Amino acid sequence: MENIVKNEKRRDFLKASGTVAGGLALGFYLPSGPRVAQAAEAGSSPNAWVRITPDNTVTVLVARSEMGQDVYTSMTMLVAEELEVDINKVKVEIAPPAEVYINSLLGGQVTGGSTSVRDGWEKLRKAGASARMMLVAAAADDWGVAAARCKAVDGVVTGPGNQRATYGSLAAKAAQMEVPKDVPLKPANEFKIIGNVRQKRLDTAAKVRGTAQFGIDTRIPGMAYAAVVLAPTFGGKVASYSDARAKSFPGVKDVVQFSQGVAVVADSYWTAKKALSTLNVRWDGGPNANIDQASIWENMEAASHEAGAVFREHGDIDTGMANAASIVSAEYRLPFLSHSPMEPMNCTADVRADKAVIITGTQFQQLVPHVVAGATGLKPEQVEVHTTFLGGGFGRRLEMDFPIAAAEISKAAGMPVKMVYSREDDMTHDSYRPAGIYKMNAGLDDKGNLSAVRFHSTGPSISARMFPSVVKDGIDPFSVEGIDNFPYTADGGLRFTYQMHDTGVTVGYWRAVSHNQNAVALESFIDELANAAGKDPIQYRMDMLDMGSTKHQWSGLAAGVAVGPRIRRALAQVRAKSGWGKKMPAGRGQGVAVMEGYNSVIAIVAEVTVSDSYDVQIDKVTTVVDAGTLVHPDQALAQIQSSLNFGQAACMLGEITIQNGGVEQDNFDTYRVTRINEAPKTLNIHFIKSNSVPGGLGEPATAVIQPAIANAIFAASGKRVRTLPYTPENIGAA
Amino acid sequence: MKVAFQVNGKRTSADVAPDTPLLWVLRDTLGLTGTKFGCGKALCGACTVHLNGMAIRSCQTPVGSVAGQKVTTIEGLGGNHRVQRAWMALDVPQCGYCQPGQMMSASALLAMNSNPSDQDIDAFMSGNICRCGTYPRIRAAIKAAARMS
Repeated sequence: MENIVKNEKRRDFLKASGTVAGGLALGFYLPSGPRVAQAAEAGSSPNAWVRITPDNTVTVLVARSEMGQDVYTSMTMLVAEELEVDINKVKVEIAPPAEVYINSLLGGQVTGGSTSVRDGWEKLRKAGASARMMLVAAAADDWGVAAARCKAVDGVVTGPGNQRATYGSLAAKAAQMEVPKDVPLKPANEFKIIGNVRQKRLDTAAKVRGTAQFGIDTRIPGMAYAAVVLAPTFGGKVASYSDARAKSFPGVKDVVQFSQGVAVVADSYWTAKKALSTLNVRWDGGPNANIDQASIWENMEAASHEAGAVFREHGDIDTGMANAASIVSAEYRLPFLSHSPMEPMNCTADVRADKAVIITGTQFQQLVPHVVAGATGLKPEQVEVHTTFLGGGFGRRLEMDFPIAAAEISKAAGMPVKMVYSREDDMTHDSYRPAGIYKMNAGLDDKGNLSAVRFHSTGPSISARMFPSVVKDGIDPFSVEGIDNFPYTADGGLRFTYQMHDTGVTVGYWRAVSHNQNAVALESFIDELANAAGKDPIQYRMDMLDMGSTKHQWSGLAAGVAVGPRIRRALAQVRAKSGWGKKMPAGRGQGVAVMEGYNSVIAIVAEVTVSDSYDVQIDKVTTVVDAGTLVHPDQALAQIQSSLNFGQAACMLGEITIQNGGVEQDNFDTYRVTRINEAPKTLNIHFIKSNSVPGGLGEPATAVIQPAIANAIFAASGKRVRTLPYTPENIGAA
Repeated sequence: MKVAFQVNGKRTSADVAPDTPLLWVLRDTLGLTGTKFGCGKALCGACTVHLNGMAIRSCQTPVGSVAGQKVTTIEGLGGNHRVQRAWMALDVPQCGYCQPGQMMSASALLAMNSNPSDQDIDAFMSGNICRCGTYPRIRAAIKAAARMS
């Protein structure tokens, strides 16, 4: 049974189809082209958000990858709110790749860009509401009463004459009811699940008991384990190796070469790992074999003298600068960073002659069948993908290196394998947050107000490698975030340019992507301007704000809303909540930063103590967040706690450097991340009450904490540190 | 070579090379995948288990060295241990990958110190990395667990 309704006005499609089990499967989705219509006609049951079976099991399919950010619960809450079921009895399944699950804000089935809840905000509630309306219609039809006289509560429909039917008993018939065209949604004041401050995560029990299945926990029949040795240089290739000794190890099943290196396949990971050291692999270093950090900076500095491509401009910058009473100039440098999630990259692959099964923690399951097809000669439709829990993602699991490697190894060895990177493999074969050079000049009028501004960044483009089609006229939109939406006024002239510059180092999307670099540069620089003008940094920002601009970064649903007033309100609150301007002992200081990103506004005041030897202790962080409606408030809080930690690790400790064509840091001793003793003792986080559409929460605070710390270091020590990370060496040299 | 020891109260043996890290014996040989691989060098704490009640890093512990001794993993904590109850009450985990190691460290800490201060927690727990930044909740959950009987 299948029923397709096309709503011409919204170009939405609804589809309901009876599942094999006689239950209700309902998909609601936005089309991206003719392929979607075909998928709908095919009527395959995975095209669904909700499944109800006669035994009253309600299953919600979550089509984003759970990597800590709570999609498992928050997206389920959206469906359950309108479906009228007890969310704590709902079964959650991670959805397979399918067109229906494409993220409208990103154009693919991708988890990233702080989009999951924003993308699902309307479509998941409508999916829940549509299913409920069909269940009610089925009951009304059975009882011969008007649907309006029936009510759905807690998985049960009741009628005017005390009739009662469970969702399970109605599911088969509901699947045959007409899919509703108009699906009214509850107003915010009727929400029972959305916004519930007591709602617990649905995945906590499994994660606390050790039963949650991450990619690395996969076990399938006949599975062998693969350990790998990967090229030590970017673009390096295997020249030769010797497998004789490895093959003599008890338990070793095979030694195979694959596109990225050599793998030992054995009956345990440890056996495979031990045998690796006997392979004596020789490498062809490739085109980047001689790059090192000094030459990378030298070449990037040279490239930064190019004019670059303009991404935002008004007035004539030269006239604006000529008319200024004073000029302030600064240059910031940010290093490469590693993602280093706690679960090293891994993938289980079972490649057969006519079929492949891939089990892994990926942020981009839609792409996996295509790359596995490319690696094995199979067709994408012959590749089945299962997404597990992700032991951290942060953008690293958007990459396809690990599914490709596992598929190639499984095919070559002729058996199912679980391939696991060592921490060293993972850290030296990451896709790194791009290093960059950020040059800024500002013209101030005689009162110190910003009158003209020039911003010029130079660095590698991530999208040029991963999604070249989004790079237009020399601009990678993922390189200009957090500056493209510059929120201040500069009436005398503004010119923002970006110079793309490849370094040979593989770069990747890293939590908050280019917001990090651009917000560090901009929000530190604005602090420099306030200081030059002799003004309070919060008041200066408020005075310079452009109150009319509606330019959000990746706003999605918030088009038309003025940004300036949102930023002003967040600054005012953070000033009040942080005790801004209070008297501090010597060596202690406060710093502020603010940014709009992913349709959320974040304002932060950091309070730090800087010792005589420039060791920095972060004493207190006050954060104000305007992220619209909070679907799962406690986990909104968790995401801010998380982002602050991630940003702190980046700006205080993070630095990847290159030597002999490869990465120098290879474990948590040489690439330090924040530990519990370094976490601020006081993290005050305040959310601005709002009924607006949800803003993104997983990323933006990651960027804002960094310049807030830099500005606090300046307030505490008088040191303006423009080279990251904020180590004693870099602060001392400032 | 067979190494005999106790895991979660049960006698067990593994027919592996004695230099095999306990981590891989637990995960690959015994199928106890709650204990996680993070760094392989005792730098991150994801592989923390108890050896005779003390927290150890199983990635740096050759299985041969635990012969005849008692190993407890997250699966053996029982599911209702006060640390696990506190972790659930405060929804500590995000991605969750480091949490078995965090809880094994926290339970070992509480076994020695029934009322740990912030400094005690920092000192004992700084060997366990969490990239999701659940540290404020870990601290709060350890204190909550300390108050439970």
